[in-house]
Amino acid sequence: MASKGLRILVPVKRVIDYAIKPRINKAQTGVETAGVKHSLNPFDELSIEEAVRLRERKGPLKVDSILALSAGGPKCADTLRTAMAMGADKAFHVEVPEGSGDGGPEPLTIAKLLHSVVEKEDINLVLLGKQAIDGDQGQTGQMLAGLLGWPQTTQASKVEIKDEAGTVEITHEVDGGVETLRTKLPLVITTDLRLNEPRYASLPNIMKAKKKPLEKKTLADFGVEDTRRLKTLKVTEPPPRTGGGKVEDVDGLVSKLKELGAL
Amino acid sequence: MSRIQWQRFLWSHRATISSRQSPCRTPIARVPTVRAAFSTSARRELMEMTGFSDEQLTVREAISNICSKFPNTYWQERDQQEKDPKEFHAALAKDGWLGIALPESLGGAGLGISEATMMMQTITQSGAGMAGAQAIHANVYATQPLAKFGTQEQLETTIPNIINGTWRTCFGVTEPNTGLDTLRLKTLATKTADGYSVSGQKIWITCAQVASKMILLARTTPLEEVQKATEGLSLFCIDIDRSHRGLDLRKIKKMGGRAVDANEVFFDHYDIPTASLIGQENQGFKIILHGMNAERCLLAGEALGLGYAALEKASQYAKERVVFGRPIGQNQGVAHPLADAYMKLEAAKLATYHAARLYDTNDGSVPFHSIGVACNSAKYLAAEAAFTACERAVLAHGGMGYAMEYDVERYLRECLVPRIAPVSREMILNYVSEKVLELPRSY
Repeated sequence: MASKGLRILVPVKRVIDYAIKPRINKAQTGVETAGVKHSLNPFDELSIEEAVRLRERKGPLKVDSILALSAGGPKCADTLRTAMAMGADKAFHVEVPEGSGDGGPEPLTIAKLLHSVVEKEDINLVLLGKQAIDGDQGQTGQMLAGLLGWPQTTQASKVEIKDEAGTVEITHEVDGGVETLRTKLPLVITTDLRLNEPRYASLPNIMKAKKKPLEKKTLADFGVEDTRRLKTLKVTEPPPRTGGGKVEDVDGLVSKLKELGAL
Repeated sequence: MSRIQWQRFLWSHRATISSRQSPCRTPIARVPTVRAAFSTSARRELMEMTGFSDEQLTVREAISNICSKFPNTYWQERDQQEKDPKEFHAALAKDGWLGIALPESLGGAGLGISEATMMMQTITQSGAGMAGAQAIHANVYATQPLAKFGTQEQLETTIPNIINGTWRTCFGVTEPNTGLDTLRLKTLATKTADGYSVSGQKIWITCAQVASKMILLARTTPLEEVQKATEGLSLFCIDIDRSHRGLDLRKIKKMGGRAVDANEVFFDHYDIPTASLIGQENQGFKIILHGMNAERCLLAGEALGLGYAALEKASQYAKERVVFGRPIGQNQGVAHPLADAYMKLEAAKLATYHAARLYDTNDGSVPFHSIGVACNSAKYLAAEAAFTACERAVLAHGGMGYAMEYDVERYLRECLVPRIAPVSREMILNYVSEKVLELPRSY
């Protein structure tokens, strides 16, 4: 390892804003993305925030660098600027042409890409959102850990670096309780909602982010191809809910329930 | 689900039943509405967003995020209780937004009035209204002349503290008998051994109750003794310290923006140090003139935000409110006034951001009066468009438009501010008549 500090990779995705009601496109191949507000995937926001907080805690391991990465169309640059305004030091924009509603590269492609980035950039900690809120696939982190042969802890709600040797304790929520795990760097962590509350980028930091390096890359730079193993056949909206009725009194309720065969 | 949504939800169900039974005839009752299930926000903004710069869009998004922490209920409550929105000021200060248009060397962001206007518009449009804008307005704009003409000491002590929110500032120009006629202002700063002694009265001083600084315009040479009417006024950056002798503040009860205080300020031999003078003595009017066009742009932006906010509420309501078996927005009598208000807002928006751009990019090649005309026209058009939108929004809501809960009555009360201040509609018409049409001056 070149230096002892943390060299963190934070992959981020540009997705339709969480507050927007998605609509299916006309061809029924995916969600309509044209002219819809996009923002940084909320789970990735948590990863960036955690990386920045690790730096602010100043120890026991110092943060040497925080690299943000996004793969997608030209607008991903905005997302990366947001990541840098929050505190990432530099960013890679891996340009992948946007297809119409095809959802972008598959998780395995991204995991292979990240694998190569980790090796080239000498990364020792990868912080990923546990899932992107568009595809909800939740696979990339796990696949990456597999490819790297690194330990992984998923859906972290607390991350603590314990010593200079790189011992890390991670807490995550499981059925019926909270589980605490201990492992060592290098490591893949995926983030869950309760990990932290992401900050808003301050105006001075937004201005500074404009001057931080944003490098354009291609999948080929990392020896990866955008292979598709899955084909989306059809995407449809859930059936509309039918409204309920209102009954006048208890007798009405009973007779209604009888009528429906519930009594 | 919020309380209001929940009520609407219940009533929308009630509607399905009451249509088969006796219809509800109470004029101002909870209204039956049709509501799209689970939609949380509009897919796109009402305002056309093309044509804005990347910086403006960045500002808009970042400010919207902060404002989203201050819902309409926060502003309703502040308005009712006449309580200063100090959390809102602190939130913006914390992230450096008060320094948006101040130079980077002083800890600001070095952006222009185009971006500051977008910030003010985003604030009013978020539901904060004029109250939200006025809580920070002077800190953004009255600091401009200070940053440009202040001494090193003033810059190093005052500006960083205003940007980080420790100090708030107010702007003291208007006087009871000297509204638009700034050159005749009477507050006198007389030279003493170690500074000046200020006597006189100011009025409509926003935020004076919570401010610790005031950018004050006062006369240092009596009007009778000056060569040119534009001379003899000086600009000061003074402490607002009520424990100090000779200063009194009185709150003015007002129509709108009640969260933010507006005051009469009385000076009676109030001592200020020589170091509080900004720029040269007797040159205050020229210094202040510099910031006036910028202020017009900010006010225009604030008006626009209010107008779009009202229109958004109105169109939403017109879509949901069902009378005689269909949404009221299906009636042209309801729809057309709103469509007309939209076009007026869009036109005013173009005029506003054109004026701001002109102000920012002026390298001396644009005559001063062209910028003045652009900025004044923008303020006029935006204020009128906002008034139209707010009034029609209330009317489209019918009885509910009169209820605090629906916000549009608050917008209507507040949208009178940009119509009146910082310069009346009539004075703008006078200015355009004289400067553009070259008609003889009427006053």
